[in-house]
Amino acid sequence: MSEPDRDVSQGEALDREFLQRDRGLHPPPLTPDYKTSVLRSPHRALISLQSSLSEVTGPVFGHGELGPLDNDLIRNYARDGEPIGERILVHGLVRDENGRGVPHTLVEFWQANAGGRYRHRNDRYLAPIDPNFGGCGRALTDAQGYYYFRTIKPGPYPWRNFLNSWRPAHIHFSVFGSGFAQRLITQMYFEGDPLIWRDPMVLGIPDRAAAERLIAPLDLAAALPLDMLAYRFDIVLRGRQQTLFENKLQGN
Amino acid sequence: MVQPLPDRLRETASQTAGPYVHIGLIPHQAGFDIFETTFSNVLVTPATRGERIRIEGRVFDGADEPVRDVLVEIWQANAAGRYNHPADRQQAKPIDESFRGWGRTGSDFETGIWQFETIKPGPVDGRKGHRPMAPHISLWIAARGINIGLQTRLYFADEADANAADPVLNLIEQRSRRETLLARREERDVPTYVLDIRLQGPQETVFFDV
Ligand SMILES: [Fe+3]
Repeated sequence: MSEPDRDVSQGEALDREFLQRDRGLHPPPLTPDYKTSVLRSPHRALISLQSSLSEVTGPVFGHGELGPLDNDLIRNYARDGEPIGERILVHGLVRDENGRGVPHTLVEFWQANAGGRYRHRNDRYLAPIDPNFGGCGRALTDAQGYYYFRTIKPGPYPWRNFLNSWRPAHIHFSVFGSGFAQRLITQMYFEGDPLIWRDPMVLGIPDRAAAERLIAPLDLAAALPLDMLAYRFDIVLRGRQQTLFENKLQGN
Repeated sequence: MVQPLPDRLRETASQTAGPYVHIGLIPHQAGFDIFETTFSNVLVTPATRGERIRIEGRVFDGADEPVRDVLVEIWQANAAGRYNHPADRQQAKPIDESFRGWGRTGSDFETGIWQFETIKPGPVDGRKGHRPMAPHISLWIAARGINIGLQTRLYFADEADANAADPVLNLIEQRSRRETLLARREERDVPTYVLDIRLQGPQETVFFDV
């Protein structure tokens, strides 16, 4: 440490600034084939802000806030047996665009059951609720940014968009990162699902490669023989400005 | 030809939170109980320092209907104006160990109203060379039909002088649009600041690319 922490709040914020978000990687607010976006998409230009302390900081979560079964969807709502469906492991790394693992960050996930039905008061799909499946879980990444959870592979389900619209099987993910400007919600899809490239939410992503990165490959090497298959889903959060100047300031 | 720049990773694409966001993030609102501890819209404990306030509002769509399935998260500094995060080194301001500064909730399925029980934050240092930021709360909004989370800020209408000097409000060229971020104070059982958010229309709220 070269200098004491006097009035360094500015310098700190400055060398932790986020790279500008590349909006070309994300679906724009208005994607008319996803009909609900029509009335819920802002029309005006966003106001661009340089990172201040309000953006480079964000909530910190601790292991004490999570229960031991929070990352085990096979057991965390089991009542009188195990849920029906394909047992799978989902795992991956949370990194930033600089390639650094994002440690100790909260990852939350939710999904339909094997029949494509959500445990939600507003889901009226005719597939049955599974009495032993809640459909949500959460984990903190480890020191390297790694997370994993056990679950049942979700089924595809119909939704009211076009008359014959079906969502590909998917798991919803929510991720924090270390600054509130990194906040992200996304969805993971499964390799080989023929519904993926018919889905307005996937097709709303303007960059084909960015959409492909939402498709988790089968990861046979991580499967547990005679127990469960595995899928790998890596997540990338926004990176930070990296300058020689910054490195000098930090003395490394 | 020039040399290509070294590769960096690209941010994962955003996808809508969908209609069932409650299951994952606020399961009690989906209608079930699963975790021992859940995150909520109450940011304070009896030990938290600062003036107790409620913030409340609705999110309106382009047809002027309240959005009844919206997720709202807030992030704010403590009463002294310091964030509970290692990147905040405003040494002159104390950290309040009993205040994380973050909360989440869903709007009511009938009325579309969302609420938080919190404290009024203090002013936070601005970027180098800029004036302090007026007391404010960062809001992040996700819902079915919203393809990428929306970032905005709540400022307090009764902080007129601080707001007039705020470096972020002053970035908004049209002065009338600044008012879309000002919450008005109402004296109720708890002092309540009300801010309605409009996704479209002449009063469209200012959203930020942070
Ligand atoms: Fe879904």
